[in-house]
Amino acid sequence: MSLIYPTKGLIDYPKHLSPGYKSTIKRSPSKPLIVVPHTLSELTGPVYGHNAIEEGDNDLTKMHKGEPLGERIIVHGQILDEDKRPVPEVLVELWQANACGRYVHIVDQHPAPLDPNFTGAGRTLTDKNGYYKFVTIKPGAYPWGNHHNAWRPNHIHFSLFGHSFLSRLVTQMYFPGDYLFPFDPIFNSVPDEKARNRMIATFDLENTVPEWALAFRFDIVLRGREGTPMDEEKH
Amino acid sequence: MSDLTPSQTVGPFYAYGLTPKGRAHWDPDGTYSWKETVGDNLITPDASGQKIHITGVIRDGDGVPIPDAMLEIWQADSQGRYAHPRDPRAPNASFKGFGRSACNKQGEFGFDTIKPGQVPGPNGKLQAPHVVVCIFSRGMLRQVYTRLYFPDEAANATDQILALVPEDRRHTLIARKEKDGVYRFDIKVQGDDETVFFEI
Ligand SMILES: [Fe+2]
Repeated sequence: MSLIYPTKGLIDYPKHLSPGYKSTIKRSPSKPLIVVPHTLSELTGPVYGHNAIEEGDNDLTKMHKGEPLGERIIVHGQILDEDKRPVPEVLVELWQANACGRYVHIVDQHPAPLDPNFTGAGRTLTDKNGYYKFVTIKPGAYPWGNHHNAWRPNHIHFSLFGHSFLSRLVTQMYFPGDYLFPFDPIFNSVPDEKARNRMIATFDLENTVPEWALAFRFDIVLRGREGTPMDEEKH
Repeated sequence: MSDLTPSQTVGPFYAYGLTPKGRAHWDPDGTYSWKETVGDNLITPDASGQKIHITGVIRDGDGVPIPDAMLEIWQADSQGRYAHPRDPRAPNASFKGFGRSACNKQGEFGFDTIKPGQVPGPNGKLQAPHVVVCIFSRGMLRQVYTRLYFPDEAANATDQILALVPEDRRHTLIARKEKDGVYRFDIKVQGDDETVFFEI
């Protein structure tokens, strides 16, 4: 038996065209996607060694001389497959705005200060239990030009690899109770409410470190589950 | 309804975290050390096969180049083996077959790699040499997948995946040979001559 990648669950992903998010209008395929069987090309994917990243790459508060401003937080969780089994030793990359809602990216011209002690990018490999952990700063909300008075809820961008190239996922982690949720077309591009809620981290008092940092738990489920011999035949 | 964590757009600001040379714009002197995790040059010293360069421009529905797209490629080595445990013939060379490229202001991307060999397809028949391409961009709420095939490959005629693509759209999947070892693969996200994307 080996892993299979049913496409049914993709119903919980946003549609390519989601007109509330204006940039999708010219950047989404207009012709139907061609359904193809999964061959070895799809069922394999990049594998990382421990040499790919360096120690400290998962602590965004320690990449410069001083400490960044803002609310120090721990973001951690497990990467799981659809059977809820851990996905070990996969690359997790993350990037985000600083506490003021400003990215260091040259294109970001939001008139909020840059923080010389904060770049806002980190990465790590999951351990054998699919577990990852970052230390960072809570990102601020920021405006964007999608519509009048458009503001993105606080979020951290995540890039993930699973067991195959089909499990590849880029998503965003949101914070519980954000008042901007009802107004954000990116968050709401996910049609199902329960599915949307899976992008929201939970506040984690148990792993909050006294006198130091709040913790947020964000588990991520990637495509892939164990196939039965019958599924195997179909492929 | 599933348990999957939904996809969200990569947005416009990922470069300094994800793409090769993504920090060059704002940190030209390289003040902050940051080793590239994934590069756009896949060639390893021990990789056998023909060295090739893949380039192209990605355009939106108005034909306007997309400068903030990110492309990833996944491919077999020159003997058609994937560096992955699921491929029982997995090579012991250090060629990984995975690369990532940013786009410049003209929407142009590029990879240096090895021309892949043929890998098994459905029913054990060999597929034509191809590269799996995955595209992320601001304005894309989820990635799209396509495949790059090579021109002048007899195996294209019997490739079982190409066969599923309507004949009048197949050419969008076949790179153009610009000169020896240089292949052009332009991508049109939407509209006339829209590149074929796969639901996989
Ligand atoms: Fe963002």
